[in-house]
Amino acid sequence: MCLAIPVRIVELEGDKAVVDAMGNRWRAKTTLLPEAKLGDLVLVHAGFAISLVDEKEAKETWQFLAEIANFEETPNKVSG
Amino acid sequence: MLERIYKAQQLMNEACKTLGRQINIMEVCGTHTVSIFRNGIRSILPKKLKLLSGPGCPVCVTSQGYIDIVLQLAERDDVLIATYGDMIRVPGKGGSLETKQASANVKVVLSSEDALQLAKDNPEKKVVFVAVGFETTAPATAVVVKEAAAESVENFCILSGHKLVVPAMRALVSEKNHNIDAFLCPGHVSVIIGYRSYAEIAERFGRPCVVAGFEPMQIIEGLAEICRQLAVGKAELQSVYTAVVTEQGNTTAQKIIAECFEPADGYWRGLGKIEKSTLKLKDKYSRFDAFKKFDITETPGEDASGCRCGEVLCGLIGPTDCGLFGKSCTPETPIGPCMVSSEGVCAAWFKYGPEERRER
Repeated sequence: MCLAIPVRIVELEGDKAVVDAMGNRWRAKTTLLPEAKLGDLVLVHAGFAISLVDEKEAKETWQFLAEIANFEETPNKVSG
Repeated sequence: MLERIYKAQQLMNEACKTLGRQINIMEVCGTHTVSIFRNGIRSILPKKLKLLSGPGCPVCVTSQGYIDIVLQLAERDDVLIATYGDMIRVPGKGGSLETKQASANVKVVLSSEDALQLAKDNPEKKVVFVAVGFETTAPATAVVVKEAAAESVENFCILSGHKLVVPAMRALVSEKNHNIDAFLCPGHVSVIIGYRSYAEIAERFGRPCVVAGFEPMQIIEGLAEICRQLAVGKAELQSVYTAVVTEQGNTTAQKIIAECFEPADGYWRGLGKIEKSTLKLKDKYSRFDAFKKFDITETPGEDASGCRCGEVLCGLIGPTDCGLFGKSCTPETPIGPCMVSSEGVCAAWFKYGPEERRER
């Protein structure tokens, strides 16, 4: 449950962001990471950006998530 | 990659040889547990290095008493329950939230913001957000409590089941399980709290604390760093997850948690009552506190008969030592929370453990 997802901020207005991970887009907030800017890669957990992250780390985590995807059987699971 | 694995194995072997006994390392985080199984990490470890899965799955450590309160609230016509999907299948008195979902007063949300929005969209209902999770999740709850206060969303409240990782680690090494030699510390909890937070566990209790990410190489190198320390008799704080975990953590998130919550004694499944281990809303936000709004008190509750999740969570027994495992308790018909949650150690054992152990 404490897994955060790396995403790119593709829209940002105040602390309201639209983020993108592997083509999926959703809303998130940057309240907990005020330094986040448009275009930054960030880790998002339960709808909130919690840390900046670099390109290499983001790619590794996306790969890891794709690998464990078949383990997640609980419907509507929050991996955030 | 292979060279890094060999180097890590060398450090592990040296530690086992130097100590001349079994080494027990607890991984605290449920996502680590899954990654360890998924990547077959146990298969490259020395025989004398044992991994114990700790109390790091929020669903698993939530007390039965808390689950029963949520189920009771879900019975009320004036209440809407907003919950993360992880909690929906945990069985309690009279069913689970999944069975109550049919009555349309249980909604799965992906964020605390969604729960607050639900309250705004349903002014005639009291919306109760099932606020579980460790320090990674707690700031998201704190933000919406502040928003609810600023916008006077008076039909919104939270049932705080938030828990703190370090007090649980302290309870484990000080009384529950003296055999834990070291901790592989959670990745994303540490993003928030920073690795300095484990100082007490390393310094006072002499247990190495190493933070790792979730990729297999991170976990292997985290375990190797622990072994390096054990071999030379040291207990240090270290992070091999340098991409996102700093010594100080996310101080903005820490401040927001401290603004809304205060540490309180609370119940954990398996570990019982632990001093200052849960987060309770501060008095200035008491009108958003579901415990106060509905005048309820959390009690430990009764675990299902025969369920040994508590001992599993302390690393005292393995899942297959429980008589229910793989017989009456399976991912399809879970009895205990360690089988319900996809991050639960019993669910991971059932899916990835050796075949003969699954069908006991």
